[in-house]
Amino acid sequence: MTAQSPTRPPRVPSGRTRHNAEKWSWVFMRVTGPVLLVLILTHLFINLMTGDGISQIDFAFVAGKWASPLWQVWDLVMLVLALLHGGNGMRLLVNDYAQRPWLRKVLHGALGVAVIGIIVLGSLVIFTFDACPVDADPSLLPSFCEDVR
Amino acid sequence: MTATAESPAVGEVKAMQVTLRILRTNPEGTADHKPGESYWQEFQVEAHATDRVLDALHKIKWEQDGSLAFRRSCAHGVCGSDAMRINARNRLACKTLLKDLNPAKPIIVEPIKGLPVEKDLIVDMEPFFASYREIMPFLVTTGNAPARERLQSPEDRQRFDDTTKCILCAACTTSCPVFWTDGQYFGPQAIVGAHRFIFDSRDEGQWDRLEILNDKAGVWKCRTAFNCTEACPRGIEVTKAISEVKKVLTTGEI
Repeated sequence: MTAQSPTRPPRVPSGRTRHNAEKWSWVFMRVTGPVLLVLILTHLFINLMTGDGISQIDFAFVAGKWASPLWQVWDLVMLVLALLHGGNGMRLLVNDYAQRPWLRKVLHGALGVAVIGIIVLGSLVIFTFDACPVDADPSLLPSFCEDVR
Repeated sequence: MTATAESPAVGEVKAMQVTLRILRTNPEGTADHKPGESYWQEFQVEAHATDRVLDALHKIKWEQDGSLAFRRSCAHGVCGSDAMRINARNRLACKTLLKDLNPAKPIIVEPIKGLPVEKDLIVDMEPFFASYREIMPFLVTTGNAPARERLQSPEDRQRFDDTTKCILCAACTTSCPVFWTDGQYFGPQAIVGAHRFIFDSRDEGQWDRLEILNDKAGVWKCRTAFNCTEACPRGIEVTKAISEVKKVLTTGEI
């Protein structure tokens, strides 16, 4: 005798259409995790532990850092990887908890907009950053601004 | 140093009062509860510290309340029928001694989570077995069957020895947080079942099974929470087996 409950939804083998998609998502998380660990811990160490510590962080400090291409690239990589890594993690959570298809679509859409939006805005700030605004108080600006004027 | 006649009998185990708090569900309802409603009920039984939870459940069913429903077949940890959530951990009732559970406090017994409850501690195992069937848990070969056994070296046998111990009790799958929230996930047991054949040198269906596990509902859903390894009453290193399958899928080599 077999008891079959008729209410059970059938399994949806949806991953087949995008071959290996979930595999690459997993590999991406495994690779970017350690990379982010190094990027973020170094970032925190440089900003908080070296020099005057937390009290050194002001407009001039950030401007001084972004004057160097190394820190521009560093912060860009950190920004992109952190958002993709975090966004992918959120995508997996949505897949786990959002059962209704329309809700999934809405949450995935909102997630995509947020991730892309923040990456675009963040990289715009990094590369179009003006370290020496014209009508600013000179005491707040980095030291190299005097030569620029 | 000789034993005196007054000394208590060697190894005598004292009887004690144990309280069991059982999460009950009756699909037909009772006088106090609606059909399908879950409620807690406490039972007091006299038991020995060396008794198992299953013995206590038997005492309740046989002496106090015959309507209590639970599965058990062999009652010795081999058939895998009586997996249940005891004090918030998935275990086999027939392998859990009362003395290992702090009998001074009520022992909490619930059905395993993530599968539909049918009555009291009995759940519908069909979704669990459906996942197991999907990974093709049988030997797949090509060509004519040999006239004698298919031989294998001890080293080849050793590769999948751990996962042959599975008794399909569902303790691992129903301890998995991903399985609780996502009904699509195959669950740890199906991956253990696939591992047993994927790493078997005599089997030829490995890549069919790997293809199934590469699905959205497959091994990539695993977050290495290790709940399954902790829950397995047979001591199978479930998370390790899942990681070995992931490794084959990423490297392409078995």
